[in-house]
Amino acid sequence: MSLFLIVAVPFLGALLPGLMNSAGRKACAGVTFMVTLVAFVGLLSQLPAVLAGEVVQARVEWLPALGLNVNLHLDGLAFFFAALILGIGLLIIAYARSYLARGDNMGEFFTYLLLFQGAMVGIVLSDNILLLLIFWEMTSLASFLLIGYWKHVVEGRQGARMALTVTGMGGLALIGGLLILGQIAGSYDLSVILENREAIQASPLYVPALLLILLGCFTKSAQFPFHFWLPRAMAAPTPVSAYLHSATMVKAGIFMMARLWPVLSGTTEWFVIVTTAGLLTMVIGALIALFKHDLKALLAYSTVSHLGLITMLLGTGTAFGAMAAMFHILNHATFKAALFMSAGIVDHEAKTRDIRLLGGLRKLMPITFVIATIAALSMAGIPFLNGFLSKEQMLEEANRTVLFGAPWLVPVLATVGSLFSAAYCFRFIGHTFFGPVRDDYPAKPHDPGAGLWLPPAILVVLVIVIGVAPFLAEPFVKLVTADVLGAAAEVPKAYFKIWHGLVPALFMSIIAVVGGFLMYLVFAPLLRAWDATPRPDAKPMFDGVIAGAVALARGLIAPIHDGAFTRYAAVMVLAVLGAGYYAFGTGVVGATAREMQPMTPIAVGGWAMVIAATAVLVVMHRYRLFALVMIGIVGLMVSAGFVFFSAPDLAMTQFTVEVVTIILLLLALNFLPKRTPDESGALRRIRDAGIGIIGGIAATALSFHYLMRDAIEGPISAFHVANSYKGGGGTNMVNVILVDFRGFDTYGEIIVLGIAALLIYALTETLLSGPVRARLLNRKPDQAFAGDAHPMMMVVLTRVIMPIVLMVGFYIFLRGHNEPGGGFIAGLIVSIAVVMQYMASGFGWTSARLRYPYHGVIGAGVLVAGLTGIGSWFVGKPFLTSDFTYVRIPPFQEFELATAALFDVGVFLAVVGAVMLSLESFSRLARRVDMVESEHPMEINPARDDPAEDPLNELRKARTETA
Amino acid sequence: MIDLFNLPVGDGPGATFLAWSVAISFAVVVISQILAMVRVAVGPGSGDRILALDTMVVNAIALIVLLGISQGTSIYFEASLIIAMLGFVSTVALARFILRGDIIE
Repeated sequence: MSLFLIVAVPFLGALLPGLMNSAGRKACAGVTFMVTLVAFVGLLSQLPAVLAGEVVQARVEWLPALGLNVNLHLDGLAFFFAALILGIGLLIIAYARSYLARGDNMGEFFTYLLLFQGAMVGIVLSDNILLLLIFWEMTSLASFLLIGYWKHVVEGRQGARMALTVTGMGGLALIGGLLILGQIAGSYDLSVILENREAIQASPLYVPALLLILLGCFTKSAQFPFHFWLPRAMAAPTPVSAYLHSATMVKAGIFMMARLWPVLSGTTEWFVIVTTAGLLTMVIGALIALFKHDLKALLAYSTVSHLGLITMLLGTGTAFGAMAAMFHILNHATFKAALFMSAGIVDHEAKTRDIRLLGGLRKLMPITFVIATIAALSMAGIPFLNGFLSKEQMLEEANRTVLFGAPWLVPVLATVGSLFSAAYCFRFIGHTFFGPVRDDYPAKPHDPGAGLWLPPAILVVLVIVIGVAPFLAEPFVKLVTADVLGAAAEVPKAYFKIWHGLVPALFMSIIAVVGGFLMYLVFAPLLRAWDATPRPDAKPMFDGVIAGAVALARGLIAPIHDGAFTRYAAVMVLAVLGAGYYAFGTGVVGATAREMQPMTPIAVGGWAMVIAATAVLVVMHRYRLFALVMIGIVGLMVSAGFVFFSAPDLAMTQFTVEVVTIILLLLALNFLPKRTPDESGALRRIRDAGIGIIGGIAATALSFHYLMRDAIEGPISAFHVANSYKGGGGTNMVNVILVDFRGFDTYGEIIVLGIAALLIYALTETLLSGPVRARLLNRKPDQAFAGDAHPMMMVVLTRVIMPIVLMVGFYIFLRGHNEPGGGFIAGLIVSIAVVMQYMASGFGWTSARLRYPYHGVIGAGVLVAGLTGIGSWFVGKPFLTSDFTYVRIPPFQEFELATAALFDVGVFLAVVGAVMLSLESFSRLARRVDMVESEHPMEINPARDDPAEDPLNELRKARTETA
Repeated sequence: MIDLFNLPVGDGPGATFLAWSVAISFAVVVISQILAMVRVAVGPGSGDRILALDTMVVNAIALIVLLGISQGTSIYFEASLIIAMLGFVSTVALARFILRGDIIE
């Protein structure tokens, strides 16, 4: 299967769980499983090539100008991680199907999971670092959603936020680091970067790049001192913890270090930073894990510790260390995922993960006991289990590593870390499963169904198989190691075997296991000592840092952004004035190229009216209705002015927009005071008036300047004039610009328009379901109302005029390509026709006749426009290339068919939908639940012959009764 | 007088008559537009203002049609058509606002 498909399948498949949600939990989990299985099988289909040592590649240019291409490659290392991600993903999905409760939204969960899976596979397969960074950020986002999946759990939400903050910060650093690497290597392709070891290590930017990249890797892989987010992310559902925090996401940082190992490792900086961070993380993580009472917290800190171990192995910079790291990644993924799932089973069945409330489960849950014990013993480093092998390799590597000039430092710390590690493993087994059976479990524990225990059991089989027969894993691990090392080093000759003879590593191992067991025996006094020791807690520190950052941001922003529109307007006007002044002062000002036109009385009259209306508007703007009437005059006269200057289509647009605006403002004014209160003092008003006048004068001067001169650069209108008919097939240049030359802009604009309308809808819906609703219901109108809500005259008039308006709209639409008109104006006209019905016949009557919801109309518009654009792909042209032809269907005249007209249909629909949705949403605010929506368009209708409706009936009935 | 309005003057009595008619109509419509605007400004009631605005819409249609006649083009016709057809909507909306507060109910 193509590499593109392997990455794309989880993303495409992410649509399915949501769709299958209503088909039942089995179908939902089943389809998710199938999606992952398809990707997994696709990956396996590449196995022969990978085993043959080939690097499978798939490349396509995306934005070549930015160096951003979809380049994927699959070598041993990528295959190893992708197989871990997809393989363990399969087990996790099967497990999650049984784990999630009925109340959990399974479709949502699996959607997030597949998105995460796709992003992870994307990271490991990317050959372009920009692409890799995109996937990297996506894993942060998807993991945020997964950790916070139980939205009702406070810790889950906080943990998700903390994880996002820490890994997001690391992601930013990583972007910086990788971009520097790309700059040094001269390419954003990973394969090119990996060949530039000398250039990168010699560059003065090597250290900053290294620090930034390591910051990204350490945050992602929870290395000290950024380890604190991982345990707090454990509030997530167990499948998430098992997936993200054992096998995949936390390994992304490790993967990154392994991937860049050939170019970054081997220097002193790399060695000191990475090895130290790894060692510290390993020891500290293991120590904290020992004293955690929550099973998942224990496992989380143990994961931190093991990640530290792998980091340290990568840090040593030797080929053997890298090989041990790869081997341990494999082993850790198997036993840790099994342990997480076991902890989840215990939690699921006993309804608690608190180790102090557990014990004695060995007899109650024998299957879980066996699985968890084998996995934990492997983690402790007991022979014949896979953890032992890689731990021995680690100790052997530690033995050879000299840090800070002290040959004893690394071996001792590594042994201590292993000792703690063994101790918490024994505690995990001992305190959960051994001991007497208790009678106070929150729920009665018993073994779960196969759905829950089979996935970890499969992993445990792997643990044993690799542990007993390490030679089976050896060729594969060496293949992966070869890809980690690249050209930088040779794969070590060492064999994987259980017995190496009486080497120092064996003694260190024995010390660790025996010491760990001793610690387990004397755990009670140790715990008392631990509880008595004061330790820093990461959460308050993190909260403090965040609070400080927020306070700093507030302190910087609040004095500048005070929310007053006058200030923003003033800043904007002054800034533009300054820029304009600078431009005029330094630029070239051309000579006057045109004569002044004669002043005619009509033009002067129109001009004076606009000026007078504006002046009155400014003076009287506190009376809002009056101001609205004045705005109406300005709009009207500006429309007439457009006609005067030979721009009839602008006039049409201006006028229709004016009508819609007045309706919208009136709808809003219904809820607002009719008079704006005086708020600013005289000084401020003088200041604002001064700025306003200066801005106005400047704008006038600029307009005058350009009316009299040509621009320095030739205007692009010549191109439009030349190509409007020849290329676009239309003589109305404005329309051809909208639907053809700038079709892509228009496409973006109708999308924005649709989004804005949907937002208005969402906001009003939120208002109506919130506390505002009560205020709206109890609202007292501030004026007396006339009696007839829907006068007959208006109903009849709007009914008669409706088809005429629609026909005019259709006409304006059709002629748009060659004469003034087009989809936008037609959309506004039709919207006004519909609004008329709302105003005349009432909301209820009109809504009852609405066949398609306005959301759908907007969507249809965007789709039609988009599909028109895509249509040009089929003839091998770029998006939105337009074409036109002339057809003749007898007996009609020859007429033109342009794809641009189809695009214009999309514009038309989007405009109608957006205008109507916003107006309808606004008017919804005034709807009240207690109001009975009449099915009749008007209250008083002489033609209505419905005795039941006649209000006089009651009276007649009363009269006949008295008679 | 005709020059003041910057209007095209053709040959023959018919053209002169048309030019004069257009010029006089322009003057009348502009004056009535100004008067209507004064009515908007002085009121006194909201109803007067809204009706005056409606008058201004009617006058604007006349202005645009006259402009088309004077320039001998029909390209402005659709603009006046749309104003004629939809101009009453804002008047109705304003009137409904005065009467009922809520314009869509």
